[in-house]
Amino acid sequence: MFADLSLNNGTLAPHYYFNLKAFPVTKKPSSSKKPEVTNLGYDARQAPINIKLGQDEKIALYRDMVRIRRFEERCLRSYQQGKIGGFLHLYIGQESIAVGCTSVMGKDDHIITAYRDHGHALAVGMGMNEMMAENYGKVTGCSKGKGGSMHYFDPSRNFWGGHGIVGGQIPLGTGLAYALKYKGLKGACMAFMGDGSVNQGAVHESYNLAALWSLPVIFIIENNGYSMGTSQERSSAGPSLAQRAEGYGMNWAIIEDGHDVLAVRDQVGQALKLAHDKSLPSVLEIRTYRYRGHSVADPDTTYRDKAEIEAYKSTKDPLSVFQLSLLAEQTLTTELIQKIDESARAEAETSAQFAEASPYPSLEDIKKDVYWEIDNPADRKSVGALFFD
Amino acid sequence: MPVITYREALRAAMSEEIERDPNVVLMGEEVAQFNGAYKISEGMLAKYGPKRIVDTPISEAGFIGMGVGAAMLGLRPVMELMFFSFYSVAFDQIFNNAANIRYMSGGLINCPIVIRGPANGGTNVGATHSHTPESIAAYHPGIKVVVPSNAYDAKGLMKSAIRDNDPVMFLENTILYGEACEVPDGEYLVPLGKASVMRAGTDISIIGHGRSIQLALKAADLLKEKHNINAEVVDLRSIRPLDVDTILNSVKKTSRCLYVEESKPFCSVGAMVACLISDQAFDYLDAPVKRLTSIDAPAIYSPPLEKLQLPSVERIYQAALDTLK
Ligand SMILES: Cc1ncc(C[n+]2csc(CCOP(=O)(O)OP(=O)(O)O)c2C)c(N)n1
Ligand SMILES: [Mg+2]
Repeated sequence: MFADLSLNNGTLAPHYYFNLKAFPVTKKPSSSKKPEVTNLGYDARQAPINIKLGQDEKIALYRDMVRIRRFEERCLRSYQQGKIGGFLHLYIGQESIAVGCTSVMGKDDHIITAYRDHGHALAVGMGMNEMMAENYGKVTGCSKGKGGSMHYFDPSRNFWGGHGIVGGQIPLGTGLAYALKYKGLKGACMAFMGDGSVNQGAVHESYNLAALWSLPVIFIIENNGYSMGTSQERSSAGPSLAQRAEGYGMNWAIIEDGHDVLAVRDQVGQALKLAHDKSLPSVLEIRTYRYRGHSVADPDTTYRDKAEIEAYKSTKDPLSVFQLSLLAEQTLTTELIQKIDESARAEAETSAQFAEASPYPSLEDIKKDVYWEIDNPADRKSVGALFFD
Repeated sequence: MPVITYREALRAAMSEEIERDPNVVLMGEEVAQFNGAYKISEGMLAKYGPKRIVDTPISEAGFIGMGVGAAMLGLRPVMELMFFSFYSVAFDQIFNNAANIRYMSGGLINCPIVIRGPANGGTNVGATHSHTPESIAAYHPGIKVVVPSNAYDAKGLMKSAIRDNDPVMFLENTILYGEACEVPDGEYLVPLGKASVMRAGTDISIIGHGRSIQLALKAADLLKEKHNINAEVVDLRSIRPLDVDTILNSVKKTSRCLYVEESKPFCSVGAMVACLISDQAFDYLDAPVKRLTSIDAPAIYSPPLEKLQLPSVERIYQAALDTLK
């Protein structure tokens, strides 16, 4: 499953290969949205990292995915009401990745991602209030209204953003890993990117640095099949995205069952162990799908058809798949499912009210948070003008 | 005369040049099958085919640099940056390669590339997507920079830029894409380096570029209406080459100058213009040259605050009154 080059001395263990085309389009779209079966590609429930999960922990994984979805649905409404400016990139459909990956994080593990960041933020424990307020551009937002939906940060939860430039976060993630190693901490950084980001030079330079210097970084490609309106096969050469790691002698794997939160946990857990124990980097390509347009502004009518979306939803929806599996093992009950759902909706609704009621930043706030020295005048060491008219 | 949008004007200019010159290609992220992120190239793939209208992966350093190389061998690539802000990913290709190749080859090579895309704030997309790089670009000898403020200029300047034998950075504006004005059918060129006096006046020269000109024209109306002040509004249209004569002539007539731009103040185009005026028209001035820019900080996301950060009709009006005090 997971290729460990350090053990195999250059011989790769078998990987999951998969159909390189975007998700197969079923000719007849299924009318039901919920899968009938749990649809697990292999039984990730039996993986050591999952077997030890208690009932509460499994429920927590499920709850976190539901919270992400309900939060984003509420964001969408606010956006449509004109409360949110700029872009809104929804993560709906990909929840199992953020939740699965962050669920294996320890105290010294860190993450960084791109602009599709709501899921990761909630998964590391950021609050809906501060997130929604950020979307509204309010001073109570996690970035005081300065960053917006694409630029959430919470260093106190080892979450380093939230980045708008495609691929630009990957060197930073590599740097976080470098700092962890430098400080002698047993931690790793998971650096998330999309399938379109892998063609940025900065990503390749980071791969080389990470492999050359054995940095504890896990490059996680959330392959949802598209970068905006461009399907993966129209943007990336080569047999697979993750396999590019071979060029750098790095470990890699493809997780076909990205919709399965337990499969994600299993594979990411292995990569994390490799980073912790041997300070080795990896590239993981996780197959997933986004249900909405690239951003809310994308009409999503030109580059894929509805049948493709429905086909995925009806067989691989991360929430439904996990819900069915937990129902089957009686960890979840229909009452509990309903309770979790209602409470997530209420939490999202409250966040919208909180955002609505919060004030905007002031005119003076525009020039705050630009320079550390200006924000900490007592400790200023430089002299001279820092701002100009 | 037909009234068309800035977006349609750009499309018309590129289409006419593609039809005119087999070496012109349009390339960029989502320009072909998706018809352009901002629909500038809508319908062009269908009309001109995949050899002329090319979708690229998200690899700005790679494809912009590739355009520079292709231009060296005689193609005339028009490279779309989805947001001009992404030019920073290709900085080395633009400012080391495109800008210097002619010089370092002792004039053996030239680089007729156009790099175009929207370079503006005001759409709440945050600091990473709201850069205004005109002064950074114009800083580099070897690079030309144009910033059209309306559909007429957008078309005429784009055609000139494509035919130009030097690299041209063509800075557009998402807020202007839907703005329309009268644009003649068919062939006309606006030369690079020719400013346009958008409104004649005697009391103050409001000089600037880009969308700020549209705001300045409204501010000039207010100045007339409320104070009977006759402001002259000068649109530079191109930053490098720069129409120094038109700037100086206007200031010599009005003796006062306000420079308006969306960039940040440090080393801005306005700073350059103020320096030129102080060098060459100092004796004509009745007041220091004033500049109005965005508030000096990265672009804030918060929608109502971003409005305040950028030049506005109200801020221009106030700054003009201050200059006239
Ligand atoms: C350097 C840069 N180029 C282009 C863009 C515009 N852009 C934003 S997201 C995106 C598509 C990225 O797709 P992918 O990496 O697959 O991530 P996904 O959106 O699917 O999560 C593009 C082209 C950008 N933000 N930064
Ligand atoms: Mg993608």
